[in-house]
Order: sequence, then C-alpha cells, then structure tokens
Amino acid sequence: MNPFTYERAADGAAAIRLVSDNRQAKYLGGGTNLVDLMREQVERPKLLVDVTALSREIEAREDGSVLIGAGATNTAVAADRTVRERFPLLSRAILAGASGQIRNMATVAGNILQRTRCTYFYDEAARCNKREPGAGCDAIDGVNRIHAILGASPSCVATHPSDMCVALAALDAVVHVQGPGGDRTVKLVDLHRLPGGRPDIETVLDAQDLITGVELPALGFAWRATYRKVRDRASYAFALVSVAAMVDVQGGTIRDVRLALGGVAHKPWRAWKAEEALRGRLATRESFAQAAEAELADAAGLRDNAFKIELAKRCIVATLGDLIGETA
Amino acid sequence: MTSIQDAAQSLLKTAIGLVPARWLPGGSPDPLMQKHGLIGAPVSRLDGALKVRGKARFAAEVPMQGLTYAALLHSTVARGRIVALDISAAEAAPGVVFVMTYRNAPRMASPALMNTKPKAAGTSNLPVMQDAEIHWNGEPVAVLLADTQEQADHAVTLIRVTYETAPAITDFDAAKGSTRVPANILGEPPSIERGNAEATLVQAAFQVDCTYATPAHNHNAIELHAATLAWEGDKLILHDATQMVNNVAWTLSQIFGIKEEQVHVRSPYVGGGFGGKSLWNHQILAAAASRVSGRPVRIMLPREGVFRSVGGRTMTEQRVALGARSDGKLTALIHTGTAAMTPHNECPEQFSFPARHLYAAENIMIAQRVADMNIVANTFMRAPGESIGTFALECAMDELAEAMQIDPIELRRRNEPAKDPTSGNEFSSRHLTEAYGRGAEQFGWEKRSATPGARRDGEWLIGMGMATATYPYYRMPGGAARIRLTADGRATVSTAAHEMGMGTATVQTQHIAERLGLAMDQVVFEHGDTALPPGSMAGGSSQTASIAAAIIAAHDAFKAALLKLVGNDSPLAGLKPDAVEARDGGLCSSEEPDKHETYVSILRRAGREELVAEASAPPPLEAQEFSMHSYGAQFCEVRVSEITGEVRVSRFLGSFDCGRILNAKTAASQFRGGIIMGLGLALMEETHRDPRTGRIMNPSLAEYHVPVHMDVPKIDVIWTDIPDPHSPLGAHGIGEIGITGVGAAVANAVYNATGKRIRKLPISLDKLL
Repeated sequence: MNPFTYERAADGAAAIRLVSDNRQAKYLGGGTNLVDLMREQVERPKLLVDVTALSREIEAREDGSVLIGAGATNTAVAADRTVRERFPLLSRAILAGASGQIRNMATVAGNILQRTRCTYFYDEAARCNKREPGAGCDAIDGVNRIHAILGASPSCVATHPSDMCVALAALDAVVHVQGPGGDRTVKLVDLHRLPGGRPDIETVLDAQDLITGVELPALGFAWRATYRKVRDRASYAFALVSVAAMVDVQGGTIRDVRLALGGVAHKPWRAWKAEEALRGRLATRESFAQAAEAELADAAGLRDNAFKIELAKRCIVATLGDLIGETA
Repeated sequence: MTSIQDAAQSLLKTAIGLVPARWLPGGSPDPLMQKHGLIGAPVSRLDGALKVRGKARFAAEVPMQGLTYAALLHSTVARGRIVALDISAAEAAPGVVFVMTYRNAPRMASPALMNTKPKAAGTSNLPVMQDAEIHWNGEPVAVLLADTQEQADHAVTLIRVTYETAPAITDFDAAKGSTRVPANILGEPPSIERGNAEATLVQAAFQVDCTYATPAHNHNAIELHAATLAWEGDKLILHDATQMVNNVAWTLSQIFGIKEEQVHVRSPYVGGGFGGKSLWNHQILAAAASRVSGRPVRIMLPREGVFRSVGGRTMTEQRVALGARSDGKLTALIHTGTAAMTPHNECPEQFSFPARHLYAAENIMIAQRVADMNIVANTFMRAPGESIGTFALECAMDELAEAMQIDPIELRRRNEPAKDPTSGNEFSSRHLTEAYGRGAEQFGWEKRSATPGARRDGEWLIGMGMATATYPYYRMPGGAARIRLTADGRATVSTAAHEMGMGTATVQTQHIAERLGLAMDQVVFEHGDTALPPGSMAGGSSQTASIAAAIIAAHDAFKAALLKLVGNDSPLAGLKPDAVEARDGGLCSSEEPDKHETYVSILRRAGREELVAEASAPPPLEAQEFSMHSYGAQFCEVRVSEITGEVRVSRFLGSFDCGRILNAKTAASQFRGGIIMGLGLALMEETHRDPRTGRIMNPSLAEYHVPVHMDVPKIDVIWTDIPDPHSPLGAHGIGEIGITGVGAAVANAVYNATGKRIRKLPISLDKLL
C-alpha cells in the first residue's frame, strides 16, 4: 500500500474542499472496497477524506418515501424497520451481498461507487483500460466467466458487482449529490455509465461530487417485489445473474412492472425493453418469456460467460412467475 | 510408498533374524490393540484452549530481536529471463534493510526433490533465485526486507523488472497433446496390465467408456505459509509452518552447504497443512536474505503469494472404461489418463491408485502419463490422486450400474475382491461391504429412486448418489520416540512429529497414557522440533501409525530398562519385558496382575531421578505383506434448481472402515473436514489460470471459492471401528479418506436428480443449464 494521509471531514462542504484541493484525494466510506484496491495498488490516493460520519440517518417521510444518508451502513439499511416495511426488496438485495462483517462496514454511497471485480482489473500484470486508459483489455479473450453480456464494449467487459444497486435501479432511487457548485439529484439508473471507449469513467459524477443520500420514492401498495440472486456458492459470492423485480398485476393483466438485472453489465441494468414488452400484457409465462427474449436480444457472450444469457432469461421468467403466483 | 522406502524395505526384509513387529504374523500381539479405555475415547483437543485464547504460538508469531519483515516480488511472465532490474527506488524507500535478487543472492544448491532422498523436502529442484531465468508465472524474482511488514509490502512494489519472454506451455489443453510416462508414481509402476482389458471391453455385455476432467486447485490452509528465522553463526534457527521438520532441516542444510545438525527447525503448531506445507521458495529465500543481511527475518506469504509460489492439485484428464457380464461382474477395468506436471518436480497425481485395489476385475489396464507445463510445481493436496481418481472411477461405476439397471451398491458388492486385484496380496483388514451396508441403512438409501429426475420439491430436483472412498495405508520409516520417566512418576514422550490441527498430540497423549498406565495429565507429548528424536512427516495419512510404531518400540526399550532397575526385592523381580504390562502408574505381571510396582517406587528404590528410553520404529513391512487401505462409502443427497442449475447438498453421510478409531471426536472432525473439502472439489473449487499467460487470475479467497457454512449440510459420519491386526494400534490413516469419493457421490446424486452426467469438475451451474 502506498503512503497516504487520512482526514475526517467536518461537513460536506469541508469534504468537498479537501478533495478539490488535492487531485489525488478520494472520499472514504467503509473502505471495504477502496482499501482492498489500495492494497492491490489499483487505487493510489494520496489523501482519504472520511465522510462516513456526515450522513447516517434513515429518514422515513410522511409521503411514503425514505431518504437514506450516504454514510448509513448496509447492515443499518437492511435492518431498518421502515425500509423493511416499505421497500423489502432493498433489504433482501443488501442481505444477498457480501458477508455480515462487510455489510457492517460498507456504506450506501460506497456500495454505489464500488468498482468491478474483474480479475484483470485487480491484477497489475494484466492490461486494463479501466486502470490505464488505452492499455487494452486482457479480460475480453481471457478468463471471463463473471463478465458482462450486455452493454459491453471492445474496451471493457467488466460488470458492476453490487446487489443493492440492482434493487435501487428497480425502485427508481434518486441519488442526492453535493458538489462544488451546489446540490443536485441524479437518478440511480443514470448515475453509472456503460464503458464505451472510457471504462475508467464509471459514473456521471465528478471527483469532487459527494453523494449525500439516496431517496426512495413512495410506492403504491399494489407492488409485489422480490430479489433473486444466482451465484457459485450459497453465500459470499458475487452474482452471476441477479434479478430485482416489481409487478403490479390487476385482474391477470400487468399494469406496471419494474425489472433490473445484476451481474450482467457495467452498471445495474434496468430492463427497459422487458418492462415495455410486459406492460399491459396478460401475466402469463409466455409474456414473461417474450419479455426476457426482448431484453437479452442484444446480449453477447464471451469465452466463458455465454451461459449468463440463458440464465438471465430463466431468472426473469422464474422471478416474475414467483411474484405473480403470490398475487394470484 | 516411495521408491526410497521400497529400497529400504527390501534390504531390511532380507535381514537375518529380524523379529517381526507385533502386528505382523509371528509377532506377539499388542495388548492395547483391543483395549477400550482412553484409546477411542472422544477426548477434546488438548491444544484447543490454547488456540482459542490465542496462546498457541505459530511460526509467524515468534518474537525475535531486530526482526525484519520480508516481501516477495513475483514474476509476471511464465517463461523467459530478466533483462533489466531496477531496485533503486525500493532500496531508497523508508525502512528497507535489504533487497535480494539473483544478482546478489548467495550461491545455493538446488533443493532435493521429495521422495528422491529419505529426508528431501523439495517441491521442485529448480535453482532458487540463482540466475535470470523464469520458469513460471509467479516465480519469486526479488525478496525485500524492511523494518515493518507495511514498509516491505510497499517497497517491493517499487522494484521494476523487465523480462524477455520465451514460449511457454501454459494451457493444459495444448500440453496434453504431448505427454510422457513418468519414471514411477510414488514408487509404484505408472502402468499395469492384467490380461487384455481393451479386447475384453469391446466384447462385454455392458460397457461404459468415459472421459473425466478435473481442474487445478490451490492450497488455502487458514494459516498462511510462514517462517521466522535467524542465523546464529553458521547455525540456522527456523520457526516454520511445516509438516516435515526433519526433512526441511536436512534439505536446507544441503542447500546452504552445512551439516544437518546446523539447522534447527521448530513447528509445534501448524494451522492446516493438507500437503502444502513442505519446502517452498519462501523459506529458502528468507534464510538466504537473512544470511546475507545478518538480520533475523519473518516471512508470511500473503494469500496471493501462496497462490503464486506454492503449488496445489494439478489438472487431469482421465479415461475410465468398464466392461461387465450380465451378472454384474467386471471383466474389464481401464483407468488411464494424463496429469499436468512440470519438468522440475515428481508429483504425477496418482489418480489411478484406487483402480489398482478396489474391484475384482478380470482384466485391468492402468496407465498414467504426465504433460509438462511451465507452471508452479504441483504438489500433494489432501488425497492427491485418490480424491480425483475416485471421482472418475466411481462416476464410471455409477454409469455402469445405470446401464445395467442395478443398484450402484449392489454392483460394487458383486465386484468385492477376495485379494488385491493387482498385487495379489491378502487384504490386512477390509470391511467395505459392512461400510456400504451400515451407511445405506442410516442414510435411507432405499428411498433413492432408480429413475433420474423422479423426485422434486417445487423447482428443486432431488437426487441421491453414493461412491466408494479409499486411501492407502502408509507408515513412514525412520521415526523414533523417546520416553522420559521422572521420579514423580510422570512421563514425557518426544518425537519430531506434527500437530497441524488434526488432534495428533491429543491422540498420542491418549496412547501414551494408556500404554504407560498413567492418567492423561501425567503424560506430555512433545513434538514439532528437530531437537527431538527424528519423527515422521505428516503426510499420506501416515503419521498416527508411524508415531504409534515408534512409541511402541520405545516402550519395549522402556520396559526392558525399567526391569533392569527393579532388583530382587520387587514383585517384578525376574520378569521378562514380554511378561509385563503397564497398569496403575507402574508395571505388573501380565499373568499375575497383583505382582505390581509403581514407577515412583521403582525409581526411588533404584535411586534414580529419571529413566530415558529411545527406539526407532521397525520398518513398515506390513504394507508389503498385505494390501492395506482405508475404506468408506460416501452418501449424498442434492437439490438442483431446474431453473438455474444451482446445486445444494442437502444431506451427507460418510461410512468409514479405517481400522481402530483412536479418538471418536477428532476422527469425526477429520472425516467431516475431508467431506467438506470434497464438497468444494465437487461443486466450486477451481484455480483459474489464464491459458495465454499461465497466470492465476483468482488468487484470493473472494474469487477462489471454497464452501462457506451455508454450502455445508449436516454431515453424519459413522465407522466400523474394526482394528486391523496388522497395523500399530490396529489403526489406519483417516486424514485423507474423507475427501475421496465425495466428488463422485455428488456427481452421481446430481445425475440421479437431473439425468445429467457432469464429467468435468467443478459441477458449476452453467454445466447444468
């Protein structure tokens, strides 16, 4: 690990000032990903600005929405009574990830900004456009079982590893950001980028932008939701494919649906095409299968990961089937 | 059994007037063989409290004055040479004491390969940091010493190395196109032919002929490979994490050109060995850097360092072909295949061993080959060969049972041999059919549907499978033990053996107490130190029998020495060593137990403060006289998602026949641990090596999957507990048998659940979609 300085910010403005003054500064949440990457020499910040104490509250609002402070731990969010009552999907997704010890440390903002688990990204001996723009990508023709099947580019086939973000994408979560020029909001689904030619640029945020919270808009009562995660062992493994699904079915017809996939792309993948194919249709396995086909139509497999295409389709169909079975 | 042992034994066998050991025909039986007291009792591990309190001191925890901390830099190419090396930034970094590369490393002899010399511990015979050549991706190219571990870890990243690469063989699929026959397989012939199996196969009423593939695995003991060491003049003091203190000492002495006595190795506690804790580059490099720098060194490989510089289980491709008559009797058994190896080691992964001994086939063909690759030297890893050999053989048996529409256990019963099918030797103790029967009954095997895919619970398909487990009985030659009795009637028994968490020290304490007629708290078992009488390496599930034989020999000498002290006033006067046994803190006549005198009384009357007796174990002739193996039957129930292909093991039972069980508690843990490791082998464990570069891409426990708690169901273990009359204490090794057969039991259960045969490990969900 390279030597670095550690500062604890008094408030958001102070944190932004510290990071603005030092081009090699990074915000520090629980450190469960950033510190690992520093040990691996992938991240080499000169200054860490600890922002975990700035915003830890989970605010249950009267309109049915919830505002979660960026520094709230994954464990705190998953265990929060309001979150469990209003957005059990989020609790389930968080608890499907990592381990108890890691969730105790990891923060909401840190989870959103965590970096890929691509093993070539982690290995300094490999070429990686994410670590070193223009260097090339050794994963595309390498060991790529865990890599992307949607939205990848010739520059990068990495995936975003979060479970929590897949639920946030389905929940239409809004990320609150404080920047040098003031506060703004970004929809979670718009926050992460696809790799394109610059996989090193992973979000629409600037280096000084500080995530202060995540807002979960109120839901109607008709929604049924669940999270299904498929992985190589029963716990403590990243998703090969995961599905966050919410449906509103009335009289056998899908009035509304929200669907997001994890483990398949450089960002939490909102399945817009599948949603469009399902809205207004009869809730049948045939509809689900057609929607899954529509969503995965552009999917492309690599040496080791083509199975994810079929797996994702099956998971979409099964997850919707389970949800609608519950409402029937 | 090694070639060295073979040679030593054939010499000794011809020795004139050799008295047979008490477990051999003609020897006088060991009274403890059948005795039920401390032996067999479920005694908790004596080191347990120390370990949970953090008081057991492991190799990386030994304090030393002026200690430096080492970090290794690993090559990033598989083959080639170093053409430029810049260590200036590293040398200038804070806290750096010394940087060693091939340019300034001391001249060292290459390590002697394990099994080529009696005390060799080398895992590769490549020179260690002696030139610019690179032999595998991950080979250490620099060792850096600093005042703190953090300084060393940082500074080592500042070293810049430029390589000129050479063509390398790093893809097993390509390598297996060019194979060779190894000189031997752990001293056994690489191929065996009995009759004409190929010709019989094609005429058989029923036949299966399948190819199975198994991946590379890496060692991941909880305790990382570590050593703390210092030179005192020309003497090396090494606190190591090793399963072979004497071998490490001898091999290091050869490397550094000093006498064996000048290397003192201590290793009282090891946090898991599994075959991986022998002599690798890190101990050699740390000792070399310490010698040049004049500073004590601690080296603890990070997890990635273990992946890069310590080998593991190698890749194999195996063919098993079985031919059977309509009555189920095997007419042909063929087990052939190729294991990946390197030109610099001798570890051909004995996957064909089970097929040499398990079934009564009329025609047998065994043939093993190796494919050389430019990778880190592979090594022994819990049941090397047998774990993956039983995967192929026992899956094929299941496939044959399916083809014949008979029960898989019944097929095995019909092929139970009367004698060893390849050596022709009598079995010393084989109660495998009893293990099948008891296991089947307790597991509820009769509930298995013969038709695949017949049971389900929602999306989960449920199936049952079984497989035979087998592992050879080994006893290592050359072990000695010393018994020291003191005037207070307490005894210490010493041998340079190893406690790696299995319960060795506890079991031998039980043994010693029973043998000496003392209470457990009156005896101490001393181990893990080359200052003690030479011990046996902890490998090949051999240590318990090896130590027991040495202790029995020492005890014979002890009784003789004690009887010489008794004088005419003792109730024991005039008795010969064979006519006395230990009881109630002393000796008594075997014929007339009332003739008894305590140790305290004997020593007091003789005016002695202590009595010391030491002896070496007799050579392991029993393994040449008999076909000796541990056996078992593994039973598995799985649930397989019809949607995702995820496999969850819902029940498991191991039914073992391993001679006498010496401690019911530690044995159960050994069996369970082996089974859990087997579940990993079956379902998830795999080293991902990039075939283009030979680089391991998942060198961490986040990406290299072993079972977590949620992957492990309740595991029942039962055993026959029938003593083998031809082994010390009637015991067989139990450390490795647990993992054997598990891969096949799971694969056969997956077939029973889904109707899909997965012949390539691990059985990951993509193979079942």
